[in-house]
Amino acid sequence: MLDTIRSYETPEGVALSLRLAGPVVRSCAWAIDMLIRAGLYLAIAIPFSFLGGLGFGLSLVLFFLIEWFYPVLFEMRQGATPGKKAMGLEVIQDNGTPVSWSASLIRNLLRAADFLPFLYAAGLVSMLLNRNFQRLGDLAAGTLVVYRSRVVERPALPDVPPVHPPMQFVSEEKRSLLEFAERAPQLTQARRIELAEILTDLTNQRGEAAVHELLAYAGWLAQGQGR
Amino acid sequence: MRQRGFEQQHREQWERMGQLLDDLDRSSRRRQHSAAELDALPGLYREVCNHYAIARSRHYSPALEQQLHELVLRGHRQLYSGRTAELWRLVQFIAYGFPCALRRQIRYFWLAAALLLLPGLLLGGFCYLQPDVIYSVMDEDQVATMESMYDPANRKPGRSLERTAETDLMMFGHYISNNIGIGFRTFAGGILFGLGTVLLLLFNGVVLGAVAGHLTRIGYQETFWSFVSGHGAFELTAIVICGASGLIIGHALIAPGRLPRLAALKQRARVALPLVMGAAFMLLIAAFVEAFWSSSSLSAPIKYAVAGLFWMLVLLYLGLAGRKRHGTG
Repeated sequence: MLDTIRSYETPEGVALSLRLAGPVVRSCAWAIDMLIRAGLYLAIAIPFSFLGGLGFGLSLVLFFLIEWFYPVLFEMRQGATPGKKAMGLEVIQDNGTPVSWSASLIRNLLRAADFLPFLYAAGLVSMLLNRNFQRLGDLAAGTLVVYRSRVVERPALPDVPPVHPPMQFVSEEKRSLLEFAERAPQLTQARRIELAEILTDLTNQRGEAAVHELLAYAGWLAQGQGR
Repeated sequence: MRQRGFEQQHREQWERMGQLLDDLDRSSRRRQHSAAELDALPGLYREVCNHYAIARSRHYSPALEQQLHELVLRGHRQLYSGRTAELWRLVQFIAYGFPCALRRQIRYFWLAAALLLLPGLLLGGFCYLQPDVIYSVMDEDQVATMESMYDPANRKPGRSLERTAETDLMMFGHYISNNIGIGFRTFAGGILFGLGTVLLLLFNGVVLGAVAGHLTRIGYQETFWSFVSGHGAFELTAIVICGASGLIIGHALIAPGRLPRLAALKQRARVALPLVMGAAFMLLIAAFVEAFWSSSSLSAPIKYAVAGLFWMLVLLYLGLAGRKRHGTG
């Protein structure tokens, strides 16, 4: 339950990972959608109320369509309702592909069952009992609600002349050094130094010099001697 | 190979793939790349998959790995999306997809029909014979409203006030939102191990039967039956079909067979969905008939004749459509 990252394998044999969304963030998304829908209902009901019975009939049809198909429409167009989008979520199939028509219809029709006995209690219980935070509709449709992956700018490695490290590193160690180099600009100076001094036995340096030394090793790992 | 060399060698491909993916996220009108360029995506995607695997196995920096992961993820979404939304498929679905799907699950249909009709007939019989039974189903106000709706003294049946074209439209909206909503809920109730569906079917059967029996007993039969017989062909059948779809997923949960319960649910929900959609389509027709035909003040024999025609139509459509060409009996 603590680990909310799920991985699945693509046909190319590559493992992709997804970050699942829990009940709290999904409730927030639902609340936003609810407000938008309430706004829509008002925007429809007020002008149509001047048309008498005809307007009333039409607005009932529109209410019906919004009640049942608002999520389906948005999930088809952009993978998420506006509320989910605002919370940075999206709906996908459990094999990582975009949600299909039929799955979106199933999960949204079954909303009626998730709502029982009041205010999505069944859906919440189902989410908490399920390791993928799926409500009943998600279970039947085979869908997941995950965090939309964000495009991240990759930090450039600090421009330090590379230095041959005094010893051979194993892969995990190389990786840690590279990660340190990438994250160093975001850390405070004190924290940078604190981390770098863990390896004082290796670098024989203290303070900012230790940081510099490690960045130089990382540079060597990334690009070798040449520039 | 060192990380930097690797990056320099492939950076161009990654950028190109990123641009293509950005482009595909746009609407088709605003797309900037030609179709030929977009056709290169699958090949590019496989190469980037390869780069991603290499970056992982060589333990390049986590940020590089993340960048490639992002590209692979987006490419995967684009290439493996299973969406096809064509109008033609909708036409095909109505022409034969829906009746064929229903006939494959006909046992659930009969079970749902029994759950709706048996209590209906039973309560209908009781209410016809015993004046007070109706009050155990509805309270006095509801009975009074119902009686006034079908009072033969009304000029138009179905509502106590005289109806105009405007209220026909209003009732059309009401029937759509109400009846199709009930249909959808009957399906959704199936996920509670079928219990919700069974209860909704029984409940609707009891109420419909009681109303029919009571109104027949007090002599309103002509207004009542001529009103309901027309759209009933579509509405009752559709409610039964929604019930069948709910029973399908309920059955998958109770007796999943050789599959894990969840897998059975997913599989059977997919089987049940066409039934719900088809039933929603029938309920749409029913709302139309109910609002504009059933409420008309034509004479009862004409209405009965048209109702008979509607029932024949529904039976022929559900029983025969697509049977010959598509070999599903």
